[in-house]
Amino acid sequence: MKTILGYSDRFTVGAGDSIAFKISSEREEPFDLDIRRIIHGDVNPAGPGYQDEAVPSAVAGRYPGRRQTVQAGSFIRIPRHKAFDGLASFRLDLSLWPTTVEKPGQAIASLWDAPRSAGFVLLLDAGLLRLRLGDGTGAMAELTFPSAVAARTWCHITARFDAANGTASLCVAEHPAEEKVALRSLGDPAADLLFAAMPRTSGGGETGFYNGKIEAPRLYGTRDASIGAWDFSQQMSCETIVDTSPNACHGTIVQLPSRAVTGSNWRTETRAWTDAPSLYGAIHFHDDDIADAGWTESAVWTVPAGLRSGLYVARLTTGTDEDAIPFVIRPTPTAGLSDRLLLVLPSASYIAYANEHLAMDAALAERIHDHLPVFTPEDIYLAEHRELGGSLYDRHSDGSGIMTSSRLRPVLNMRAKYQSWLGGGVGSSLWQLNADTHIIGWLEQQGIAYDVVTDEDLHEDGDAILARYRCVMTGTHPEYISTAMLDSINTFQGRGGRLIYMGGNGFYWRIAFHPTIRGIIEVRRCEVGNGWITPPGESYHAFNGEYGGLWRRIGRPPQMTLGIGFIGQGFDICSHYRRMPGSHDPRAAFIFDGVTEEIIGDFGLIGGGAAGIELDSADPERGTPPHVLVLAQSENHTNTYLPTVEALLINYPGQGAQQNTMVHADMVFFETPSGGAVFSTGSIAWAGSLSHEGGVNAVSRITANVVRRFLHPHIFEV
Amino acid sequence: MYRIDPKALHLAREFRDNPIGHHSPDLELVLNVLRAGSIQGKYCLVCTKPFQEWRLARLSGTRGVPPEILHNRVYHSIVEAEWDVFKRRWFDATGHTIDDAEL
Repeated sequence: MKTILGYSDRFTVGAGDSIAFKISSEREEPFDLDIRRIIHGDVNPAGPGYQDEAVPSAVAGRYPGRRQTVQAGSFIRIPRHKAFDGLASFRLDLSLWPTTVEKPGQAIASLWDAPRSAGFVLLLDAGLLRLRLGDGTGAMAELTFPSAVAARTWCHITARFDAANGTASLCVAEHPAEEKVALRSLGDPAADLLFAAMPRTSGGGETGFYNGKIEAPRLYGTRDASIGAWDFSQQMSCETIVDTSPNACHGTIVQLPSRAVTGSNWRTETRAWTDAPSLYGAIHFHDDDIADAGWTESAVWTVPAGLRSGLYVARLTTGTDEDAIPFVIRPTPTAGLSDRLLLVLPSASYIAYANEHLAMDAALAERIHDHLPVFTPEDIYLAEHRELGGSLYDRHSDGSGIMTSSRLRPVLNMRAKYQSWLGGGVGSSLWQLNADTHIIGWLEQQGIAYDVVTDEDLHEDGDAILARYRCVMTGTHPEYISTAMLDSINTFQGRGGRLIYMGGNGFYWRIAFHPTIRGIIEVRRCEVGNGWITPPGESYHAFNGEYGGLWRRIGRPPQMTLGIGFIGQGFDICSHYRRMPGSHDPRAAFIFDGVTEEIIGDFGLIGGGAAGIELDSADPERGTPPHVLVLAQSENHTNTYLPTVEALLINYPGQGAQQNTMVHADMVFFETPSGGAVFSTGSIAWAGSLSHEGGVNAVSRITANVVRRFLHPHIFEV
Repeated sequence: MYRIDPKALHLAREFRDNPIGHHSPDLELVLNVLRAGSIQGKYCLVCTKPFQEWRLARLSGTRGVPPEILHNRVYHSIVEAEWDVFKRRWFDATGHTIDDAEL
């Protein structure tokens, strides 16, 4: 049972920066906080075991416990404006595309002074549209449109109230319904205008979250005087909602509903919202959107100078539970080229998988993985607390895909010690952050000097950071990568940088970072989906207008950067590599120095082998350089290892790895024209084999040989 | 649609001996049938002590409702759990009980 959980406002900090920890103690128990440096997060007793290091800090201590909750659900807030003053008669026009018509109590629009029951609320309530009116003295009226609204169909709605004669009307798709009511006033509501939600009756906050699209709301007062006309196609990438009327009643979106979605006037000829924003004047709201939990900070730490760069946690302990909020301390910039390795932790991919519910929601999960899903107490907590939101693989409650993910909420699967059902059917069951601690633990064990940064650093300041290093290492699954991140990696390579790719299925999906809020990413799963697929016409990111999807289809396949790219996956057991002729090429002699085995990695804590979970292969048609040395290939995968769908143009029998030789990992090496080099493992499981036999094994030896040569200044020649 | 032959106990034996890993084509067919079906009530495991203890549970199929943990079914290895669930599903699919002693 989870009783303590939290998150931080930042994921990377440098000396002098402050990081705020936002914590909920579910039983209001006091908690102890201390800072630890993570060395190895895998608790598997068959491996090195969990290792961290105490870090004395001024923030350590006992704190009073306070329960904090999350209010999910997106909406628009138009702050109370003088144009609303004295509102009596009104007309509200808008278009609607609802997705959960049967859900009761969905507020489409509200100008509702809840404590006084004054103003109006337009509701979609169990399939029926209702206009609720109140005059603030206790008199209320409600008009219900007699026929049900259709799901996922655009309809235009006009709601009216004429205070002079007490007439309320609803007109849906030009069919009117009118009723005399015993009201002559709206009681001058002291309220904000909300779209897709309404105020709670007491206690503050909002309720009645609506699922579906709303487009082009216009509000008129007495004698049809314009109060506001909101154009959702403007300021698409930010949180602003623009009122085009002279009153300038501008507002904001709350909890990031989906923008850059097709409107009622969209036609298939237009594919990009940037070409014709007016066709994208709708916003899709979800009652489970969550961008920022908005918790009060419980503790703030100003990072002192002198701490080594690395992966840290703020550990929280109560009498009954423990949580550990991860963050990274960046290196302090120094003059000249560093002799240290730079490890880039793929924080964007951590956020992409944040709080995933795949096996909880999808019946296919067990078929795909060929074993029973195993849940942890964290997974059970997430299943109960859907307000903590899902991952980029999950769907909203209305079935639409989750296109944005944030770390500004407790992310319970982004933790050291956490075991993930995604991480194989046998062994440690690691995925993303905790799997990456195998790399950290190994660097420590080998005595390799290293610094750590994250994808956020790479996205914001990649060129300057990478310019200080000769050798960069990735995490085990750097799947999600922004244009700026990829540009900085390629620029680094162009300067002669050396890249060690320690994983599988890397540099695969394009993402966009939110332009102003750090820690939020967007994906458009266009052309090929995963968990869901973008609807037609919605393949361009709202955050930056870039076309989304796979880098392979965009024209920068991972093979161009890494020599290999995603080819297939399986989630039961992992296998080994067999050396290929390339490993005996003199160019690769340094890699296999001291390695006598032909079979590499038939051991490991992740799935029992170094090759597995997700696999990458060389592909000259996708950009694998012609001089690439294929050093080793994986083999003997089970039939649950299947090719990725974009590798197939038509389906046909025999796709399992037992019959389809396409599905294997290629371990490759190549030099770059600028004097650099690339070494790629092509397997998520690789890192899980590093610690075998105390780090004395072929996987460790190969990796160490590569690291030491890649850190050496002597240039590589093609 | 493929129907499981309740007499094909050699496939049950194969699964018992190696529940996670390589399977024969015939066992793959059986597993695809046993693991089909809707999310509601589907078996899963909840780890109650890392690397030591797991409990059988059934997915609710309803958002916000966590799996129902069947507290009387405690396992001390994943292999033990897989075998128990296999036998339950075999019975559900064929009406025949697998008797460990007769395998």
